[in-house]
Amino acid sequence: MAAAAETRMLFRNIDEPRLASIRTYKRLGGYRAVQKAFKEMAPEQVLKELDDSGLRGRGGAGFSMGKKASFLPRGDMDKYLCCNADESEPGAFKDRELMQKNPHQLIEGIIIAARAAGANRCFIFIRGEYDLQGDILDKAVEEAYDAGLLGSDVLGSGEQVELVVHRGAGAYICGEETALLDSLEGKRGNPRLKPPFPAVQGLYGGPTLINNVETLSNVPHIISSGAEWFKSFGTEESPGTKVVSVSGDVRRPGNYEVELGIQTRKLINGLAGGTVGRRKVKCFFPGGSSSPVLTGEEGLDLPYSFEAMAEAGSMLGSGSIIVCDERTSIVQLALRTARFYHHESCGKCTPCREGTNWTVKMLERMVRGEATPIDLDTVASVQTNIIGHCLCVLGDSMAAPVGSMVEKFRPEFEQALERGVPSLNDRGGAGRGAQRKGREAREEAGHLSMAGGR
Amino acid sequence: MSPLLPKGDRPWQDDPGHIHDAPEPSDEALKEAEFAPGDQEELGVQVPPLDSITALQAIDESREPHGEPAPVPDLSEVKVPRPLASEIRRAMKRYPQKRSASIPALWAVQRRYGWCSPEGIEQAAAVMGVTPAYLQSVATFYDLFHTEPTGRHEVLVCTNISCWLRGADDLLADFMDAAGTDHPGETSEDGEVMVRGFECLGACDIAPMASIDERYYGPLTEGDAEAALEQMRAGKEVLREKRLADRGAAGGSGPRVGTDPRVTRHELNKVTAKRKAKAKAKPSPDAKRKKRR
Repeated sequence: MAAAAETRMLFRNIDEPRLASIRTYKRLGGYRAVQKAFKEMAPEQVLKELDDSGLRGRGGAGFSMGKKASFLPRGDMDKYLCCNADESEPGAFKDRELMQKNPHQLIEGIIIAARAAGANRCFIFIRGEYDLQGDILDKAVEEAYDAGLLGSDVLGSGEQVELVVHRGAGAYICGEETALLDSLEGKRGNPRLKPPFPAVQGLYGGPTLINNVETLSNVPHIISSGAEWFKSFGTEESPGTKVVSVSGDVRRPGNYEVELGIQTRKLINGLAGGTVGRRKVKCFFPGGSSSPVLTGEEGLDLPYSFEAMAEAGSMLGSGSIIVCDERTSIVQLALRTARFYHHESCGKCTPCREGTNWTVKMLERMVRGEATPIDLDTVASVQTNIIGHCLCVLGDSMAAPVGSMVEKFRPEFEQALERGVPSLNDRGGAGRGAQRKGREAREEAGHLSMAGGR
Repeated sequence: MSPLLPKGDRPWQDDPGHIHDAPEPSDEALKEAEFAPGDQEELGVQVPPLDSITALQAIDESREPHGEPAPVPDLSEVKVPRPLASEIRRAMKRYPQKRSASIPALWAVQRRYGWCSPEGIEQAAAVMGVTPAYLQSVATFYDLFHTEPTGRHEVLVCTNISCWLRGADDLLADFMDAAGTDHPGETSEDGEVMVRGFECLGACDIAPMASIDERYYGPLTEGDAEAALEQMRAGKEVLREKRLADRGAAGGSGPRVGTDPRVTRHELNKVTAKRKAKAKAKPSPDAKRKKRR
């Protein structure tokens, strides 16, 4: 294999003009897998194929998709399938590309997964900000209905699969599966207590399968070419390809589809072009902003896979790498991260609501140089007190990265205790607005940016 | 004074006023600190009796519900514009339970009135058969619903990590300069545009970026903000060359498609291979145009 190359499965025809139309998609071999699944295979066979493939959920948790589908009870009741397209994790933008460019691949995956799980009502929960992608999906679903691929009689098999595109309205928490269900039921998006798990009691109290866009987009490929073929990609424990979103201080930020197990350095320096001016990688988030950061030295040589990242004390998560070069102030980075989770906390559980709030306050004091050594220890202890004590993992998602930053870059925090961090974007004169008029007033404004509108 | 000094060298240890190191006050000191009767006159302050403090009353009032909660509005009494009513009814039909339509209904209200106004919410509640308070509770939870009047156009500037690393704070400042506002979330004086910072919009590949009237644009550089608002105010299409919709798969140039034989032999790929051979034999008009350039 070449030094750094993509392995395009989901992205195979991604730049084909008009791929979003059913005509082009079919011409390129689309909707054959669904024919195979409905005409040649029993639902149990479809499920077995998915289970055998070892496909792991691409939304963040990395749980086996086939196993999840098999948890749904058999029987004649209404069963639901929700496609989680509420991609709001900082650093993640793979689902956006998949939905915008190739919506029919996702719809085909949903129809097949619905057959495997016996689901008859399916929903795509797409975040409200993705308006363009929502419009594209609306049109694609309509085309699929007209082609007889959706409806009360899919491909003449007598099976019913209904699909509705549901738009959210801007809440990160709705990407959490039980909050997603509440939101889909028309409530405020608060997470629920688990168990009961959604597979048993989910949407409208019925059995529900929830999968990420990328997971479902893999399904047509597994069904058309087989589980064995799929397993020839990636590593033993993380089979298949992964669309990795690389962003931050790299020359070519973007989505790259690679086999799991590729060396992280090849991803960042090879495909994404490395940092601007070959600056040193100070740290990077291997799996979105909720994964503990890895320093350049410890992380770049690791293989990029679920198991290797877990072993290094981080996680692959949604597969979104954010690279921060040596200019980045870690204290500012921690503050940005914490502010996001503070803003998005739904407020249901105390450790998360209060923990995110106080972490932000203490980090702001550090940036201003007004903190005391007690603050630093409190920041560290708040993180350990959040983890595992809430209904969902939103609080943990702040605690893990912020905790890792304090642990790995403690001297920098201690320095901030003494002097603060001079500018909001601590990059010397690099920011083009460094000499702007009224710059300081604007920095104040930047501080307020989270509060904007609410 | 550095807080990192070794413990023995901290001058504030002698200062009982410091918050972390103040010694517990003795009982005598506490007794002395208490107000004796008659202190009020000495201080010259008249403290009014508790029940006449209006601020306290206001707190009590806001906590006490006023009479009965608003009931489900009667559809015969609330005037609902026909297109709005039919849009909400269509949404309700798509779900097994009508309440699922609350977000689509609020979107419909916001599209019609520019924000989720109390009247609009009442109308939607009448159509859906729920209380206005229920819809209000949903509207206040989600970031994209406006529960206060806002500008005709909306600019959301992503200020999260990836965009921040690439200068999102400057971009937000640029947009606010162009709109003439001082704080994020404010509407410009002419009521045309509201600019605010926003959490990750899921477009880190085009950082720094902004969502202008629900469409993504990026990467934005100096001058783009001003140009965008000018075009918007003139009623023209905004930043045509920076639209996300027109971009190829992210990553742009660089080593692209893998040559792994497992992918090229993939059943679904056979069609493409045939088509590619065909395309090679007969150059497409696109290719010709490129050659001419």
